Amino acid sequence: MPSREITYAEALREAMREEMKKDSQVFLLGEDIGVYGGAFGVTQGLIEEFGPERVIDTPISEIAIIGGAVGAALVGMRPVAEIMFFDFMTIGSDQLVNQAAKIRFMFGGKAKVPMVVRSPAGSGTGAAGHHSGSLESWFTHIPGLKVVAPSTPYDAKGLLKSAIRDDNPLVFVEHKLLYKTKGQVPEEEYYIPIGKADVKKEGKDITVIGYSIMIPRVLEASQILAGEGIDVEVIDIRSLRPLDTETIASSVKKTNRVIVVYEPPRFGGFGAEISSWVGEELFDYLDAPVVRLGGEEMPPPYNPNLERKIVPQVEDIVREIKKLVR
Amino acid sequence: MRGDDGVLALEDKLEMYRKMYLIRVFEERAEELYMEGKIWGTFHLYVGEEAVAVGACSALRTDDYITSTHRGHGHCIAKGADIKRMMAELLAKDTGYCRGLGGSMHIADVEKGNLGATGIVGSGIPIATGAALGCKLQKNDKVVLCFFGDGAANTGAFHESVNMAAIFRLPVVFVCENNMYAMSFSVKKAFALPDIAERAKGYGIPGVSIDGNNVLEVYETTKVAVERARQGEGPTFIEARTYRWKGHSKSDRQAYRTKEEVREWMNRDPIKFLEKYLREEKVKDEELENIKKQVEREIEEAIEFALKSPEPTLEEARRLVYA
Repeated sequence: MPSREITYAEALREAMREEMKKDSQVFLLGEDIGVYGGAFGVTQGLIEEFGPERVIDTPISEIAIIGGAVGAALVGMRPVAEIMFFDFMTIGSDQLVNQAAKIRFMFGGKAKVPMVVRSPAGSGTGAAGHHSGSLESWFTHIPGLKVVAPSTPYDAKGLLKSAIRDDNPLVFVEHKLLYKTKGQVPEEEYYIPIGKADVKKEGKDITVIGYSIMIPRVLEASQILAGEGIDVEVIDIRSLRPLDTETIASSVKKTNRVIVVYEPPRFGGFGAEISSWVGEELFDYLDAPVVRLGGEEMPPPYNPNLERKIVPQVEDIVREIKKLVR
Repeated sequence: MRGDDGVLALEDKLEMYRKMYLIRVFEERAEELYMEGKIWGTFHLYVGEEAVAVGACSALRTDDYITSTHRGHGHCIAKGADIKRMMAELLAKDTGYCRGLGGSMHIADVEKGNLGATGIVGSGIPIATGAALGCKLQKNDKVVLCFFGDGAANTGAFHESVNMAAIFRLPVVFVCENNMYAMSFSVKKAFALPDIAERAKGYGIPGVSIDGNNVLEVYETTKVAVERARQGEGPTFIEARTYRWKGHSKSDRQAYRTKEEVREWMNRDPIKFLEKYLREEKVKDEELENIKKQVEREIEEAIEFALKSPEPTLEEARRLVYA
């Protein structure tokens, strides 16, 4: 398949453009997504291409953006809402958690809510306490919501296309530090199924499970460790809910050691879910306790040194893996 | 204020001038430091809007409260902040107002009654309402002045809070800084009303639209609203029309507005407006120049202080996490 190198942000834009061309019911809404092109430039140029009726700039009204998407989805459209920063999801969460996630079930299956809420998450930009959040774990706790967090341009495009085609509400987590990263993306159209993990690197000594920004860091750590004779298998779960436990299981059965790496605070984070699942289901295959390497228990600090220190970095990943594989 | 009757003396107007110029130079130098890579992350500059913060805060007692916004440097200075500690915060230093943990968008100066800036648009409005509720219950005679932008006036938090403040007759003054854009979204597109102040009718409180670039008009209007609040007559909504000269944040290409429009507003410079007024009041150029020089010196001292200050440590930061 012929491909070219594009950025993560471009890949997302292509996904939206292709789906908008294919289906007139797909539209975008959010703050500053029109002429401004979105706070991180993801929707750049789309208003020129599709017009202000399908690329809708809204006031600063997260409840009405997410709730508006729910309503439009209920009458048959496929809205893609952008929430400017993941921290702002808290404002519109009532509509997402109490409405979007539950409507299909509560209405006895008589209605569906095909909508996507995209949002940039994560720290590393010096934006401090209100613009650096990684709250994806919260939404994985809600039956009725799908949560996806791709790590590469290829995955971002294929997963966003599937997300838009999906008949159910989905939270699409985009790490800010990934937007400018580049990767090969096929010229041809493709979809990546929601709920399928991807083995980003095969190895036999230890399974490292992560998603989003942690994947490039884990891959870098794996290279360093390869030089020291440690062969790391890297699983990018891509979809936090539904979770591909099958891929995790086959890897753990092979390596017998597991570490879960994620940016949000360790306590009550998504790593705990993976860790306990592995402990319950694969106990007999484990040669060591399942380890969680998460963020520090602290709101995101502004100071750049501290901001970096509270989130797992390559050196932290290398250190923790070495502790497990001796 | 010098006059007990609330009438401004010339000295008060010169102090307003000094504060407005202090805000202006603070912002301009902060922008330069950002370009030099000494400040990181992002921030939102208040240049062009100085008359709102200074006019409104001049109508407050020193023990009154304010709540601020993501574009909060001006509010902080107008409420009497130490610019050394502000500059140190922008440089992420331990000597900053938030010990380098909060940055530009979270500067608070609790001792001076500044209950803090916020990165969540509209989130200061319920907090101001709650602070006013506290003041009312404590019967302490204090007033809360709530700054927020035109963008915040379209959040759910705004509607819920203003209504609650109105029905409880809380001692709060809502000052909407209409700088014409919520990031890129023009007020012409964001409101179906010509004046945001018309919203006040819907909550049963007085509302007024004023020239936010005229510091004296901002002062006079706020003074009336503050007294009303202090007398237990409830909130007032003030829409102060002004303009943001700079981009929304440091990553704004400003494709949504024309250079002509920006120039037109720059011709209505709130500082030049006051300068002209003071000259008409027979203030000598020399006196204004002296104020400017003193302000510039103060800013340079603040920068030096910030540059020399130590960074916070992770151990210290951990002490602030209680759960």
